[in-house]
Amino acid sequence: MRIPILKLHNYLLISIQTELDDKTAIQFQEDLLNKIHETWATGVVIDLTSVEIIDSYIAKILGDVVSMSDLMGAKVVLTGIQPAVAMTLIDLGIHLKDVPTALDLEQGLIKLRQELEE
Amino acid sequence: MMDNHFQSCIPIQKEWDIVAARQQGRDFSKQIGFGAVDQARIATAISELARNIYLYAQKGAICFEYIEDMEHKGIKIIASDEGPGISDISRVMEDGYTTSGGLGAGLPGIKRLMDHFDIYSEEGKGTEVTIQKWLR
Ligand SMILES: Nc1ncnc2c1ncn2[C@@H]1O[C@H](COP(=O)(O)OP(=O)(O)O)[C@@H](O)[C@H]1O
Ligand SMILES: [Mg+2]
Repeated sequence: MRIPILKLHNYLLISIQTELDDKTAIQFQEDLLNKIHETWATGVVIDLTSVEIIDSYIAKILGDVVSMSDLMGAKVVLTGIQPAVAMTLIDLGIHLKDVPTALDLEQGLIKLRQELEE
Repeated sequence: MMDNHFQSCIPIQKEWDIVAARQQGRDFSKQIGFGAVDQARIATAISELARNIYLYAQKGAICFEYIEDMEHKGIKIIASDEGPGISDISRVMEDGYTTSGGLGAGLPGIKRLMDHFDIYSEEGKGTEVTIQKWLR
């Protein structure tokens, strides 16, 4: 299972529509970094609207994706985290503090533009 | 309706079994009547337990059980393995403690996600974690 990565101007857009198992998550991490490298993308939006479970392992992979992309010069915004997922993450003690988030894809793109203009 | 002694177990030995276990846990908790947030809590706790079995003990099993008392119904989950066991339980219950480069959020997190948490482990013999959540 591979997660499709779309390119829009300088941005990469990803909507995760599948149950995130470990292999898929790691493959995605690798694919995204390669794509940033190939396209010189400056911003990435990862939409998690359809993701129903984020456990500590997947949370770590997502957090790593954000820091690695950052190192490569691309800002990542996570969007659409479901309320139940957000509550569960807090119970797990995972705060994703340095990770920019937004309500939906559209807000995510607005946030990216703001972050990149700063 | 669910009968009182319904129990089902699912073996954990492949990575994909982690996904299967949490999906089954979510379906089961939905049948009992848990809402979306508790379903996510229960499924996440199962995912953490299943991953610990897979990572640290290679194989084991997760069993789900419907439970009830006079006032409420709930779910009980038992994760067991015959892996290396845990020598210092209080240490693994600390937030951030990990031997695998993980977040170390699993066991302490599961405790916060559930109403009841019990861990029994013997070095060289294995580990058994029992968790429960009541429907409110
Ligand atoms: N079933 C198990 N058998 C043996 N050791 C375990 C088991 N579950 C957890 N552990 C130990 O407890 C530590 C903490 O587990 P956990 O809180 O889930 O965090 P993480 O999995 O991120 O390390 C693990 O790093 C491991 O050393
Ligand atoms: Mg763990």
